[in-house]
Amino acid sequence: MFRVSANPVIDTVTKLVTVAIGMFAFVFVVMVPLYDVLCDALGINGKTSGQAYTAIQAGVDESREITIQFVATNNDGMPWEFRPSVTAMKVNPGASNDTVFLARNPLPKDMVAQAIPSVSPSRAAEYFHKTECFCFNNQPLEGGGSVEMPLQFIIDQDLPSDIRTITLSYTMFDITDMTNGAVAAR
Amino acid sequence: MGDHHHGPAKGLSRWLFTTNHKDIGTMYLWFSFAMFILGGAFAMIIRAELFQPGMQLVEPAFFNQMTTLHGLVMVFGAIMPSFVGLANWMIPMMIGAPDMALPRMNNWSFWILPPAFLLLASSLFMEGGAPAFGWTFYAPLSTTYAPPSVTYFIFSVHVLGLSSIMGSINIIATVMNMRAPGMTYMKMPLFVWTWLITAFLLVAVMPVLAGAVTMMLMDIHFGTSFFSAAGGGDPVLFQHIFWFFGHPEVYIIILPAFGVVSQIIPAFSRKPLFGYDSMVYATASIAFLSFIVWAHHMYTVGMPIAGELFFMYATMLIAVPTGVKVFNWITTMWRGALTFETPMLFSIGFLVLFTIGGFTGLMLSIAPADFQYHDSYFVVAHFHYVMVAGAVFSMTAAVYYWLPKWCGRMYNETMGKTHFWISFIGFNVTFFPQHFVGLAGMPRRIPDYALQFADFNMMSSIGAFIYGASQILFLYNVIATIVAGKPISDEKVWDGAEGLEWTVATPAPYHTFETPPKIDPTHAHS
Repeated sequence: MFRVSANPVIDTVTKLVTVAIGMFAFVFVVMVPLYDVLCDALGINGKTSGQAYTAIQAGVDESREITIQFVATNNDGMPWEFRPSVTAMKVNPGASNDTVFLARNPLPKDMVAQAIPSVSPSRAAEYFHKTECFCFNNQPLEGGGSVEMPLQFIIDQDLPSDIRTITLSYTMFDITDMTNGAVAAR
Repeated sequence: MGDHHHGPAKGLSRWLFTTNHKDIGTMYLWFSFAMFILGGAFAMIIRAELFQPGMQLVEPAFFNQMTTLHGLVMVFGAIMPSFVGLANWMIPMMIGAPDMALPRMNNWSFWILPPAFLLLASSLFMEGGAPAFGWTFYAPLSTTYAPPSVTYFIFSVHVLGLSSIMGSINIIATVMNMRAPGMTYMKMPLFVWTWLITAFLLVAVMPVLAGAVTMMLMDIHFGTSFFSAAGGGDPVLFQHIFWFFGHPEVYIIILPAFGVVSQIIPAFSRKPLFGYDSMVYATASIAFLSFIVWAHHMYTVGMPIAGELFFMYATMLIAVPTGVKVFNWITTMWRGALTFETPMLFSIGFLVLFTIGGFTGLMLSIAPADFQYHDSYFVVAHFHYVMVAGAVFSMTAAVYYWLPKWCGRMYNETMGKTHFWISFIGFNVTFFPQHFVGLAGMPRRIPDYALQFADFNMMSSIGAFIYGASQILFLYNVIATIVAGKPISDEKVWDGAEGLEWTVATPAPYHTFETPPKIDPTHAHS
């Protein structure tokens, strides 16, 4: 690959500069995507899948009940009122469950928000399937408006038996600046 | 060809335009000493504030700027350039080369450093103050919550990185291409070996640091979200990238120090270095391992148990090659004809204190225990034992060891030994108590603390003032030597010293080894 130059010093330098540039590129094109892939694969940070889950027909496990707790938090500086309609519910693995989260924009201006989910314990993340979630899309809300945001989920029957309580936490971020305040969409 | 034997140019242009490795080495050394004093001044402010509980002297925001700048200036301004300066001075003389392979780039890599630090230091006077997010500049402290001066900080880090990369490319090119005939790799002095490996580490990880600060820049100014959860990024990603750079970085700092003591201990033991080959392999092993242990700095972020275990065992593994080195240094001294001149005192001080720092490092490597130690003063004590008693002590030893060669004058031995003992006592009084306050729960980077930590903090502050003052003695001794030291002309300043640098005249002429020296093929490494 490297042309053997008449000057061995230039040869060494060329190789080393290539390594340096390669390492700079490595950060952007390898480390960042690899981090996301690993977090998804290992369920680190309680990251649940960002995609809707297609339910597989399977029986409901009536033998055990799992307590699901809901937590809603605003990111720093986010003025919305944001809360779950119920703070906890008991569900059977395999059954489809519905709940809603409530949000209100108290400011007179139109805003766009994005909810980021996190599951605790993080081990449970891969067994927490969302068939519908407001976190898949960003949420526009006109000034003073309020909205009920649906969440539909299934707990996998394969959930380890020692997990009896799962906490699903959402943090609401203000992304108005990033989306140019496009409330009209949707 | 007589033209080649000219001396240095006169006046300021000698220093601005020089391509001479000795001139550039000298500039690096003086620059790093100036940064050492600056970073030391920041440390004195920190210790003065912590002398007593409660807020006495500075505002908390300014205190945070001091801890941040102290770390940045000491790591990037004092320790790293000092060893680059030493490499510039010594590597060509140790391998029998007339100069560095790329003398003009050498000039550049030095002269972009002072502007970079001027940029960084000028942020102190900017609105919002200097960076205050710690030398590790974790996002989002360094992005969402950073002062506006963070952009200057980012540019400064870019320039520092560029300087380091150019410097290390130069060192690798020199060592690989300019060795005198017969100077095989396994005959190179260990200082050259450790620097060669360090330079490879630098070329590999300084671009990673540049990538991290570039991402910060983009997050702050160009609307990306590498480290912001709002846009789908993750602040923990920053920690992974930073420490992927940061852990090799700590070996970048310490490996040349290993090289220095590997030169000095044999000289004053009047024995060849014990286990030269194993030293080379140990250095290479440490360099390799440094790439797979980064997450031991972040055990508490919430990694899977398998990750914690992997990074724990990999980290503990580093104790093996490091133990080989400590064993070899001690065995070199075993039954040697020891004398205890200042360079040897600093080297032995290094050996004892670095080993203590290594042990606390092992304690920190234990993931479950680290949850208690994390971000406490125990960590501060640990890394000052390896950074100060490791890198700075060995650098001080190097200056005393080679200064007579550089300037042809002998330093004042009594003053040197006094400097050592004051440093040694001051250092330990400063940092040993910090283990205790750390284990008792005092967090790092705070301007105020609970009353039960008061006594140990007062001891720490007194020790810091002693250690700081001893550096003025050092400065005085060096200047007094250069200006009015006792002239010497022996080529071998120290009777036990080995190596090509001791075969040239004293003081070292402006140009050395313009014709390559003859290397005795039967003679082992120096």
